[in-house]
Amino acid sequence: MKLGKKLGLLSGLAAGVMLAATGLAQAADPLKVGFVYVGPVGDHGWTYEHNQGRIAVEKALGDKVKTSFVESVPEGADATRVITRLASTGHGLIFTTSFGYMNPTVRVAKRFPKVKFEHATGFKRADNVATYSARFYEGRHVVGLIAGKMTKSNVLGYVASFPIPEVIRGINAVAIAARSVNPKVTVKVVWVSSWFDPGKEADAAKALIDQGADVMLQHTDSPAPVQAAQGRGIWAIGQASDMKAFGPKSHLTAIIDDWAPYYIERTKAVLDGTWKSGDVWGGFKSGMVKLSDYNAAIPADVVAMAEKARKGIIDGSVHPFAGPIKDQSGKIILKAGEVMDDKTMLGMNFYVEGVEGKIPQ
Amino acid sequence: MLVRLENRGEISKTMVYASPFIAVVLTLIAGVFLFALLGVNPVEAILSFFITPISTLDGFAELFVKGTPLVLIAVGLSFGFQANVWNIGAEGQLTVGALAGGGLALLFFESESLFLLPAMAAAGILGGMAWAAIPAFLKTRYNTNEILTSLMLVYVALLLLSYLIHGPWKDPEGQNFPESRLFPDAGILPVMIETTRMHVGWLFALAAVATGWILIARHVIGFQIRVTGMAPMAASFAGFKEKRIIWITLLMSGGAAGLAGMVEVSGPIQQIVPNISPGYGFTAIIVAFLGRLHPVGVLFAGLLMALTYLGGENAQIEMNLPNAVTGVFQGMLLFFLLAADVLIKYRVKFGGPKTAGAAEGAG
Repeated sequence: MKLGKKLGLLSGLAAGVMLAATGLAQAADPLKVGFVYVGPVGDHGWTYEHNQGRIAVEKALGDKVKTSFVESVPEGADATRVITRLASTGHGLIFTTSFGYMNPTVRVAKRFPKVKFEHATGFKRADNVATYSARFYEGRHVVGLIAGKMTKSNVLGYVASFPIPEVIRGINAVAIAARSVNPKVTVKVVWVSSWFDPGKEADAAKALIDQGADVMLQHTDSPAPVQAAQGRGIWAIGQASDMKAFGPKSHLTAIIDDWAPYYIERTKAVLDGTWKSGDVWGGFKSGMVKLSDYNAAIPADVVAMAEKARKGIIDGSVHPFAGPIKDQSGKIILKAGEVMDDKTMLGMNFYVEGVEGKIPQ
Repeated sequence: MLVRLENRGEISKTMVYASPFIAVVLTLIAGVFLFALLGVNPVEAILSFFITPISTLDGFAELFVKGTPLVLIAVGLSFGFQANVWNIGAEGQLTVGALAGGGLALLFFESESLFLLPAMAAAGILGGMAWAAIPAFLKTRYNTNEILTSLMLVYVALLLLSYLIHGPWKDPEGQNFPESRLFPDAGILPVMIETTRMHVGWLFALAAVATGWILIARHVIGFQIRVTGMAPMAASFAGFKEKRIIWITLLMSGGAAGLAGMVEVSGPIQQIVPNISPGYGFTAIIVAFLGRLHPVGVLFAGLLMALTYLGGENAQIEMNLPNAVTGVFQGMLLFFLLAADVLIKYRVKFGGPKTAGAAEGAG
């Protein structure tokens, strides 16, 4: 009896509160744009660049928009709540910026058909859920060339997050490019099962250095591997953002994700009413992927080679996954003269020749 | 000038129950100062932290979604804490409960049976109990310290979770991302208020509170638990079996935590993911003490703690305040509560001791 009364009271209270709240929501005039981040905005990597994109939207569109963000949202039950919270507080466009937000985003989108959602790096779409990602592998190709030239031990270390195609594609792109200029190169990979965990990332980097790696690459979000490289006097390649400040001597260059143009374009589309669901995969050409300044320690001929490759990717004469490509057993999986199609790249679940170890299955 | 603490001798019962409220008020006052220092309007910030998150039906419902696991676990823990049995490993019991319950949903992923959910709940409780039985066995048989064994088993449970989602339970269509497939509809807890996420798990929490209250206030077991905690010698003279109390309290807290894990995966998450709980098992320890180890107190403490999470997120969305504000508020709450507890037990004396109490003061 007591329980029933209590519940009745609760739902009564809830209904009253709801009436009060609907009045509030309608007052908003500018388009509210929400962002959900997997790490802190101060991670100096992945999340930092997404936040730069958010700031660029505010600058470009001024008082037509109002942006807000929630940082360090775990990929689990909390993600659904945070996305729901943004959708139910009048946000018309929501960017969810990590792979693990895929199911929560799709689930919330079903409940809020009028709100537009943009999910980074995923593969599930709906009428109001678009996906976007960058062709990071184009950047990986160029840094792979540089790493292949700079290594003395012929061992590249790679701190990796989760064994999804996006990450495996990066590892393979580096291995193929490095071996094209230095066939002796092998790539060693350590998986840390996290996007952002400076402690684990540093431990992984140190383990790789102990195994002989003298160029450190990473697909995690903190500058910890760059710091570890600087501490042990080896080279490093930054990820997602310019990480020079964390290892000025070691930092050869970094692959920078520039989300600003895409975020501005999509926000404008919502303002104009022209927004449509879709899938965008931008690279060097559209400016979504960039490289930071080259370290002065890189010889001029290596810089020239890197720049030639970068321009080649832009004009289409160079493709990071061009045949012949062999898998780990030496079997040809892409014939000479062919380039890999997007579909194969998007589902990549094998290592190419030159990568050591097995993909965790 | 010397400052020393002098035992009051008698503890005021009123103050024991008033101290959580004092702690909340002090936290709010400190919060006002904190916000003022950060350069934001304190009134607006407090409103954004404590009021607006629950001012919509959705937000109000979220309070119960977030509070459900906290209340469930804390009710279970409070039994053991009263008997001086320190189960610190609720996080591990929650994880195993989630795996046991969620495992059934994955095993029968094409099921439409009405029995799936009850079976999952039972499996969740049994899973948590089984995990808590290990420290209970080690304690009663080898007299090991349950604080250490239960805590260390948390990491074993998390590794078990990691193994399963990286291996046998990985979603075959998930592109190798370490998470399971989505549960079937029959394995998802029904929603209580349409359009929100508030699921029937909250009823489990209320039932746990009611059961806890009956046990502790009206049942001989509750009496034995309290006596064992307050006066172990007296308890053994009265013939209460200490081992029995250890087993009962650990199994109850483990079962409650296991159920909380099952509720999380079959309620809000609806699949097995690498991070099932953002530390509910540990936060519940604060909740248990904030609620004065009393089931009804735990109910309100759990909701308050849930509110600090929601408030932290809302303050980020509305005020651009950093995520760390949540941790600061939870820390202040615990700090003021502990400070109040110290002052209930001791009085502060300034100046050196006048009598032979010097040795006591130095110790």
